[in-house]
Amino acid sequence: MVLVLLGALVAATSLLPLGFVVVSTAELGPADAWELLTRPRFDDLLWNTTRLLVGGVALSVVLGVGCAWMVVRTDLPRARLWHGVLCAPLAVPAFVNGYGWISTTHAVQSAWGAVLVVSLSYYPLVYLPTVAALSRLDSSVEDVAASLGAGVWSSFFRVVLPAISPAVLGGALLVGLHLLGEYGALQLLNYPTLTTGILDQYRLSFNGPAATMLALVLVAFCLLLLGLELLARGQRRRSRVGSGVARTATRHALGRSAGGWIGALLLLATLSLGVPLVSLVRWLVHGSSSSLPGGDLGSALTTTLGLAVAGGLLATVAALPVAWLAVRHRGALATVIERAVYPANALPGIVVALALVTISIRSVPALYQTVPLLVVGYVILFLPRAAVGVRSTLELAPPHLEDVATSLGCTRAGAARRVTLPLVLPGLAASMALVSLAVGTELTATLLLAPIGTSTLATEFWSRASAVEYGAAAPFALALIILAVPATWLLGRAAVTRSPGRIA
Amino acid sequence: MKRIAAALVLLILVVLGTAACSGDGDARTLVVYNAQHEQLLEEIAPKFEKKTGIKVELRNGSDTELGAQLIQEGKASPADVFLTENTPAMSAVERAGLLAPLEPATTEPIPAPYRPTSGLWTGFVARSTVLVYNPSKISADALPASILDLAKPEWKGKVSFSPTGADFQAIVAAVLDLKGEDATRAWLQGLKANGTVYDGNNVVLESVNSGEVATGIEYHYYWYRDQAESGENSNDSKLYFFGNQDPGAFISISGAGVLKNADHPKEAQEFVAYLTSKEGQQALADSYALEYPLNPAVSLAPPVKPFSELQPPTVAVSDLDGDKVVELLSDAGFVL
Repeated sequence: MVLVLLGALVAATSLLPLGFVVVSTAELGPADAWELLTRPRFDDLLWNTTRLLVGGVALSVVLGVGCAWMVVRTDLPRARLWHGVLCAPLAVPAFVNGYGWISTTHAVQSAWGAVLVVSLSYYPLVYLPTVAALSRLDSSVEDVAASLGAGVWSSFFRVVLPAISPAVLGGALLVGLHLLGEYGALQLLNYPTLTTGILDQYRLSFNGPAATMLALVLVAFCLLLLGLELLARGQRRRSRVGSGVARTATRHALGRSAGGWIGALLLLATLSLGVPLVSLVRWLVHGSSSSLPGGDLGSALTTTLGLAVAGGLLATVAALPVAWLAVRHRGALATVIERAVYPANALPGIVVALALVTISIRSVPALYQTVPLLVVGYVILFLPRAAVGVRSTLELAPPHLEDVATSLGCTRAGAARRVTLPLVLPGLAASMALVSLAVGTELTATLLLAPIGTSTLATEFWSRASAVEYGAAAPFALALIILAVPATWLLGRAAVTRSPGRIA
Repeated sequence: MKRIAAALVLLILVVLGTAACSGDGDARTLVVYNAQHEQLLEEIAPKFEKKTGIKVELRNGSDTELGAQLIQEGKASPADVFLTENTPAMSAVERAGLLAPLEPATTEPIPAPYRPTSGLWTGFVARSTVLVYNPSKISADALPASILDLAKPEWKGKVSFSPTGADFQAIVAAVLDLKGEDATRAWLQGLKANGTVYDGNNVVLESVNSGEVATGIEYHYYWYRDQAESGENSNDSKLYFFGNQDPGAFISISGAGVLKNADHPKEAQEFVAYLTSKEGQQALADSYALEYPLNPAVSLAPPVKPFSELQPPTVAVSDLDGDKVVELLSDAGFVL
C-alpha cells in the first residue's frame, strides 16, 4: 500500500510538466492562443525548428547507420578503435561543441551550419543502437537475398534496413527529441528555434503567455515525433524464427575503396571531435594568461557534483517503488504508474523548468528558487533513465531466490541482505551514475531553476561563452567533457558487449 | 532493502539540507535582483560589504525578466533591492506600486534629469548609444548622421543589433519617445529588412570586429571594456558617436530602487545610498564597467569619451514605455 502511494506520488510528479502545459493552454483561451500563433516571429521559429529537425535527423541517420555498417559489417581495419572514436562525440556536450565551432569560424551561423554541428553531436544516438542491432542480426536472410540475385546495396535496403529499422528509428527519435530541446548550441550558432525562443521570451517577460504558448507548441512537436516513430515502426514481426545459433555475418570487403572510406571516417572524426577539442585546447592555452578562474571553477565543480549526486540518488530512489511495483506486483495500476514516468523523457528541459517555475510561484512559493526544486526538476527529466535501469536490475532478483534462501534458514531480512542486495546493488549504482552524469552537464533547465548563488559548471561555462569570453569559458568546457566521459564509455561498451566478439 | 532505502533517503536529506542552508538565513543579508552586469556587482558588492558588514546576495537576470518576476512575485518576493541596466523595467515595477521612496540624501547627489520626479528610484550609472563599425568594411565618412538612416535600403546587410536584449529595447523606447509610433514602426521594419540579428551585445561587437557585418548598434562600454582587457574583440573596429541630439545619441540610465516589501529596508536604503555616494560612484568609475557615473563629483578616466562631450537628446527617464516597445518589436517580427 505504501509502495503504491509512493509510486503514485512519483508518477504524479513526473506528470507535472504535462499537466502544466494542458492547464496553461486551457487558461490561455483559443483567441489569445491564435493571436500568439499568428505573430510574425512565430513563423520564423516554426520554420527554423522544422528544417533543423528534418535536416538534423536525416544527417544523423545517414552518419549513424553508415558508420555502424562500416564498423560491424565491413573489414574496416581497427574497427574497435573506430567504434570508440565514433561514440566519443557523446562526451562533448552539444553546447560545448557549438562553442568549439563558433569560436573557430562564423561560417556555421546558418541553417546548414546548425544542422551540421548538432548532427555531429547527436549522430552517435543513431550509431549506438544500430551497431547493437547489426551485430545481433542473423545474416542468413542476406544470404537468401544474395542467392536470389540481390547486390550488396539492394540487399541492404530491402533486407537489412527493414530488419534494423526499430533501432534506427529509436535512435532517430532520440536525435529529434534532443534537437527539439537543444538550447546552448543553437543559441551560440545564432539559430533561433522554439526552444531558444522560449528563453528569449522568458528574458523578455518571465513566464508570460508567449513563453507558455511556445512550450505548448514544442510539446506538440515532441508528441508528433513519438507518433511518427510508432507509425513508422509498424507491426511487422522481426524476430528470428528457427532453431540453432545465428551465423556470424560475413564482413564485406572494402577492397580498393577502403582508402576512401577510411578518409571519410577520418573527416567525420575531425569535424566531430577535432574541431571542438583543438579549439578548446587553443582557448585553454590562450586564455590562461588573462584569467584562470580557480575559485569559480572549484566552487562550480563542488556544486555540480553535489547536485549530480543528489539528482542521481533521488532519481534512483524515486524509480525504486515504480520499478518494484512493475516487477513484483504486476497489474493494471502498476502499469499505469510505470508508464506515467516515461513521457518526461520526451519533454525538453526548458518545458520542465518553465512548468516548475510557474507551479512553484503559484502554489508553493516556499519552494521557488530553492535547491530542492532544482533537484526535483532533474529527477523529472532523468527519472525515465533511472526507471529503465532499476527495472532491469530488479528483474535480476526474482522473489523465488529469496524464498530459497529462507527455506535454507535465512531470515527474511538476511535473505534481502545476502541475496537480493548483492544482485541489485551494481545495477542501482549504474542507474544512479547515468543520471548523475546527465545532471552534471545539464544546462537549459539549470539556467531557469538554479537559485540565488548556485552556479554549476554548465551555467558558469554558459555565462562566459555567451558573452564571447571564449578563453574564460574553456576550463569549464574541459571539466564538462571530463564529466561526460564515463557515461559515454558505459554506453559505448553496452552497445557491443551484448554481442561479444562481433566487433573485431 | 529497506535499510538501504532508508540510508539513501538520509543521504539525500543531508545533501539537500546542506545545499539549501548555504543560501539564506542571515538577518543582515540583502537580496539584490541584479539586471546590471554580474561582473560589475561582483566588484562593487564586496566593497559595500566591507564598509558596512551587510552581506549582499545577487540574483542575476535581464531587466525585463527580473522586472516581470518582481511583478509576479509581488509581496512574496525575497528581493530587497532592484538594479536595472535601463529604465523601462524599473518604470514597470514602479507602476506596479512595488517600490518604496528613497531617502532624499540618496537621490540628492544625482542630477535631476537622471532620476524620476517620484523619488521612488534613482539612476546610478549611464551608458551612451554608439555605432561600432569595422573600418575595413565601411569608411568613417560613410557613416550615417542619424540612427534612423540605418533603416534606409542602402544599409541592407550592413547593420547588426541584439533586439532580444533590454539595451536595444531602451534605444527603441527612446526613438519611440522622440519620433512617435509611426516613425518607430517604419524604422524597425527597415532594420528588420537590413539587419543581422545577434543575441547579446558582446556578440554584436565580435561580429563587427571580425568583419561579419559592417556596423552594430550597442552601448559604448562594450568596446572600451574589450580594449581595456585585451582588445581581442575590438582592435579591428572603431566607435562612432551620433551627435546633434539624434535618437542615436540616446543616453540610457541604469536604475536602483528599494522594494516596498523588502525584508531589510534599512540595509536596502543603505545599499542604494552607497551606489549614489561619492565613494560608491568612484568605485563604479574605477571598476571594469566603464559606464558613466552620474554623481558630478566623479568622472570616468580617459580614454572613454567624456560624458560632457556627448550630445544626447532630451528624454525623461520615466517616459520610456517598455510594453509598447515589446509590442512594436513583436509586430516587426523580432520577438514573439
